Amino acid sequence: MSETVNFLPVAEEPEETLSMNPKKFILWMFVVSIVMLFAAMTSAYLVRRAEGNWLEFKMPAIFMYSTVVLLVSSASMHWAYRAAKKDDFGVLRTAISITFAFGLAFLVMQFLGWKDLVAQNVYFVGNPSGSFMYVFTGLHAFHLISGLLVLLFALRAAFKLKIHAKNLTQIEVCMTYWHFLDILWVYLFGFLLYFN
Amino acid sequence: MAHVEEHDHHEELPFWRKYIFSEDHKVIAKQYMFSGIFWAIIGASLSILFRLQLGFPDMKLEWLRPILGGWIDESGRLDPEFYLALVTMHGTIMVFFVLTAGLSGTFSNFLIPLQVGARDMASGFLNMLSYWFFFVSSLLMFFSLFIETGPASGGWVIYPPLSALPQAMSGSGLGMTLWLLSMAIFIVSQLLGGINYITTVINLRTRGMSFSKLPLTIWAFLLTAILGLISFPVLLSAALLLIFDRSMGTSFYLSEIYIGGEALPNVGGSPILFQHLFWFLGHPEVYIVLLPALGITSEIIATNSRKPIFGYRAMIASMIGIAFLAFIVWAHHMFVTGMNPFLGSIFMFLTLIIAVPSAVKAFNYITTLWRGNIVFTPAMLFSIGLVSFFISGGLTGIILGNSALDIQLHDTYFVVAHFHLVMGAASAFGFLAGVYHWFPKFFGRMMNKTLGYIHFWFTFVGIYLVFFPMHYIGIAGFPRRYYSFTTYEAFRTFGDLNMFVSLAAIMTFSAQFLFLWNFFYSIFKGKKAPLNPWKSNTLEWTTPLHPGHGNWPGEIPPVYRWAYDYSKPGANDDFIPQNVPYSQTPESNLPHENALIALEKEIEAQNYNDQFKQPH
Ligand code: HEM
Ligand SMILES: [Cu+2]
Repeated sequence: MSETVNFLPVAEEPEETLSMNPKKFILWMFVVSIVMLFAAMTSAYLVRRAEGNWLEFKMPAIFMYSTVVLLVSSASMHWAYRAAKKDDFGVLRTAISITFAFGLAFLVMQFLGWKDLVAQNVYFVGNPSGSFMYVFTGLHAFHLISGLLVLLFALRAAFKLKIHAKNLTQIEVCMTYWHFLDILWVYLFGFLLYFN
Repeated sequence: MAHVEEHDHHEELPFWRKYIFSEDHKVIAKQYMFSGIFWAIIGASLSILFRLQLGFPDMKLEWLRPILGGWIDESGRLDPEFYLALVTMHGTIMVFFVLTAGLSGTFSNFLIPLQVGARDMASGFLNMLSYWFFFVSSLLMFFSLFIETGPASGGWVIYPPLSALPQAMSGSGLGMTLWLLSMAIFIVSQLLGGINYITTVINLRTRGMSFSKLPLTIWAFLLTAILGLISFPVLLSAALLLIFDRSMGTSFYLSEIYIGGEALPNVGGSPILFQHLFWFLGHPEVYIVLLPALGITSEIIATNSRKPIFGYRAMIASMIGIAFLAFIVWAHHMFVTGMNPFLGSIFMFLTLIIAVPSAVKAFNYITTLWRGNIVFTPAMLFSIGLVSFFISGGLTGIILGNSALDIQLHDTYFVVAHFHLVMGAASAFGFLAGVYHWFPKFFGRMMNKTLGYIHFWFTFVGIYLVFFPMHYIGIAGFPRRYYSFTTYEAFRTFGDLNMFVSLAAIMTFSAQFLFLWNFFYSIFKGKKAPLNPWKSNTLEWTTPLHPGHGNWPGEIPPVYRWAYDYSKPGANDDFIPQNVPYSQTPESNLPHENALIALEKEIEAQNYNDQFKQPH
């Protein structure tokens, strides 16, 4: 088997004609379910807000900076993917690590944001407008932690040289999920800003 | 055959990997099936308990004390709060544990890989996880039946504020907490399962199995899984917010309520918000329960009428239509929440449109039966029974869908009659039909036919006897979930009717033991099954009698035709399985099918996702 493969020019490698890689597809399905989770939450927010008795408060500025941090992490994630495609293992490891570090920094900043909310006298328990703020950021953070775990697995695989130009599924799954979490936050942030 | 099977098992898995933490979809399907049957017995027993109360309010129930303990009060009656717990748990168990997990879990798991031609689910591991999440959720729910304050008692729809305030009733305490925990885990389990079903159907079909050749069972399972994927996360959101309200004191659903003269600390919550979130799942959920049963019925009715299913494409289109409409009609459960009447009439309009695709399906079933060479197997009888329930329950849906009529009928026994016929009985019949039909594939043995017939007639007649009278009780205005009919003068006249209903319920319940006996006896002692007992076209019947992990020894067969070539004019036999190429059936080919012969080489050369080249 391996011998014949060696003789085949790359272009003739059999293609999967019927379908997408099931692992990637499963990931997209998870993404759909998470989208629905947040769609439900944000619609609940709107329905409740329309009923009045709604506390208005200032969005902590640190959420702005954390958004930037998360965007940077997405960029470095993409950088990691490009490195993997070129079999550039050193860069790959660095880029994944940077992504991870920025992800952690984001989490810390979200936590600081909660402290700012408390300083403004907006608590989890109280008017739903404040509670929703905590629920959105908290649920997103929860998913981001799962993203960090995925990153850790990718990092381990990168050290074991299991990610390379011929084996991109893992890093692609990782990248898609991370970008998704990023986009999700941008959506939530914009939503909260607009409908505050 | 024996030789091939020996060859399959090149690596024996230890017992606990093979039968307990198995990744084989067939084993997981059986795990779901046994769990579903277990829950069905519990759920049905609970209903007999509250039927005793409704039919025989003066009956002395001391003899139940050994099981129910303090729930039977000093005078030998059922405790009223426990009555509420019973209806709540009956609903929860039947809707979620039996007809969602039990039905989809069994048949989607079993049939998807076998009928699309895959070695297993896309991810055996996630599939296993799905079952064990379900198991943990089952344990929690089961445990909640035995705690001192009793299980959740606010109805299966758990509306706040009743469910949000532990002080509201004893069932809103620990029982409710366990309910929410159990359901949260249940949702995760269903999502894992559903994601697998969708991925497998879309990505792991065998060569030639295009969407237009998929059996209708698979279409139904696919759409069911999509409904679940989109709606279950919404229920999870609703449950999460409720958990926060209960355990942390937030005010999503709770507003300034006074209890015993004292105001709650909550501010500005909205209980109606919960209803919106709940019914956004709740309405699709009723189709999550029904669609797999309809898929199973399509398959069984076509096979046993020895006729192609009438309107294959119309069947798919109407299922897609139903699935789509399912997301935009939820507010028909909320007509009396004080919603804007204009909004109400929009939801009424959308709701009534569902009658169109539903009617298309009912019409197609009947037309398939029309002048067929019907073989009345027990599975076929249950399928025809399903069609009957679907029609008689669907008609009352049209009545309820009118917001003006619903103001009178909402929360009466009329609704109970409606959904038990169209959802409860119909889906249960789908499950039973499926078990009778695929039993030979599950266990390699046949079930006893005569017992099957007796079981059918008792159940079919019994269900109508139980639920038909409820329409009258409902029109007269009697509310559902009331402990007693005898409290109000106006409803005393229904005493006899209720006694009759309860007796019919006990008869129907008892008839199920025939099935249980038949089922368990046949697993061990049933007649050995032939490979294709119903002369069916779908791929599962091309596997060995006891397929190993990987389903087919050697290559997975390619597929050349749709699943409904029954009684094709000119053909030698009255069925042509999907894996028979047109080049082998020149006598029955239509002109355009002759043209397809040229494509056979192409189909065979296709690459496909063969998950493991060597079955084991
Ligand atoms: C022609 C199609 C249908 C229409 C127009 C329809 C309409 C309705 C309406 C308006 C209600 C609310 C009644 C009330 O609470 O006042 C209702 C309740 C219900 N329907 Fe249907 N329905 C249809 C078919 C179905 C089907 C196919 C299923 C299940 C497979 C189903 C399951 C239920 C259930 C479970 C409830 C009661 C939920 C509860 O309050 O506990 N319906 N239906
Ligand atoms: Cu509905």
